[in-house]
Amino acid sequence: MITIVDYGLGNLLSIRNMLRRLGITSEITADLARIASADRIILPGVGHFAKGMENLHASGLIEVLNEQVLHHQRPVLGICLGMQLLSRFSEEGDAQGLGWIAADTRRFDRTRLEDHHKIPHMGWTDIHPAHESPLLRGIEAPRFYFVHSYHVICDHPEDVLATATHGYPVTCAVERGNILGVQFHPEKSHTYGMKLFTNFVTHY
Amino acid sequence: MGRIRVIPVLLLEQGRLVKTIRFRKPSYVGDPVNAVKIFNEKEVDEIIVVDISATPNGTPPDYRMAREIAGECFMPLCYGGGVRSLEHARQLFQAGAEKVAINTAALENPKLVESIALEYGSQSVVVSLDVKKNMWGQYRVCTQSGRKELGDDPKTAALRMESAGAGELMLTSIDRDGTFEGYDTGLLAAVCHAVRIPVIACGGAASIAHMRAAVRDGGASATAAGSMFVYKGVHRAVLISYPAQQDLTAQLFDVI
Repeated sequence: MITIVDYGLGNLLSIRNMLRRLGITSEITADLARIASADRIILPGVGHFAKGMENLHASGLIEVLNEQVLHHQRPVLGICLGMQLLSRFSEEGDAQGLGWIAADTRRFDRTRLEDHHKIPHMGWTDIHPAHESPLLRGIEAPRFYFVHSYHVICDHPEDVLATATHGYPVTCAVERGNILGVQFHPEKSHTYGMKLFTNFVTHY
Repeated sequence: MGRIRVIPVLLLEQGRLVKTIRFRKPSYVGDPVNAVKIFNEKEVDEIIVVDISATPNGTPPDYRMAREIAGECFMPLCYGGGVRSLEHARQLFQAGAEKVAINTAALENPKLVESIALEYGSQSVVVSLDVKKNMWGQYRVCTQSGRKELGDDPKTAALRMESAGAGELMLTSIDRDGTFEGYDTGLLAAVCHAVRIPVIACGGAASIAHMRAAVRDGGASATAAGSMFVYKGVHRAVLISYPAQQDLTAQLFDVI
């Protein structure tokens, strides 16, 4: 059972749609009690960082999530904006994040991109695992669908699970204990994403 | 190596999957949901579905169709046809589309593009520019599924749509649609070099070589095709196909 946190941003149906196809039960909820009793959590999200944090605060989710993830060490997977929210801070709205990963979220540096590198980075990109991890296990030549204008920069290289290059290499997946995040959209990445979700429920 | 998106474009007319030639003579090619299932199995990069009958008939987007299609899409889905308001876009996002494509309503009312971009982000709004040459050989932007010619040249319209907040443009050559003659790289170059947002090339593709030209000579960020993916051979036998990854890598990604 995976609990998908609904804080008002993003296309949650597509995540549920893929999980259903895989035979993995899930629920989409904003209910604090449901989230407080979850075994595994997905923190989705498409949209503005500051707005995302504002919604999490307003709905009282921060405390429950902190309790679940930091105290009970429940596995959590942040997707896209959900991964960026794991960081301490983002330039998008100059807002504080959850701070579960020692990292900051910064906008793509236009000065390091060529003209044909557009912002947002949109499309399929090969990812390069930085080390072995159960989350990416068995995914041959991994490539995923990305849409983002900001990316996470980790303090500690050991938290970087994978990188992808758009003009320059950026961190596209993080892992620290029970805390996982991916910048790309596994729910829109065919069998690559299916394998990743299967790994998340099997190994965490 | 540069991986670019190679995108099937599927046209709907009254709930049926059709394919046009120069935006005319729609021929029935099958059931849309079944076609999307096949494209999903072929692991296409993304898919664009456009209902070409909605705006001319004055009907809203077919949400039930969008929901059924989205249920089979494990790749990004862009849905267009009949989107005239923020509420139409909202319902399509709720149905499971990642992006909406807008043509007539965007050109008539750029504020619509702005309002969707503000609420859902620019990445969710694709403005579709359909272009044909008029009798003086000038490129002109059209609306109403190619039926109505506007006075605007494509570059001016593209810049206006970019500043309204479009995240991408889909630039279709009506004159090349369904002809297998290759993309109009001159048209592409005029628009792609003027804007900073990605431009999806459409109209005329028959081969990966055409896609290479659209990127190299036209400056396109992504390539889309209809006939190439739903027909086989010059006699237009219906057969859904999509190039193999190794062919795309060797003939496109590695050489652009």
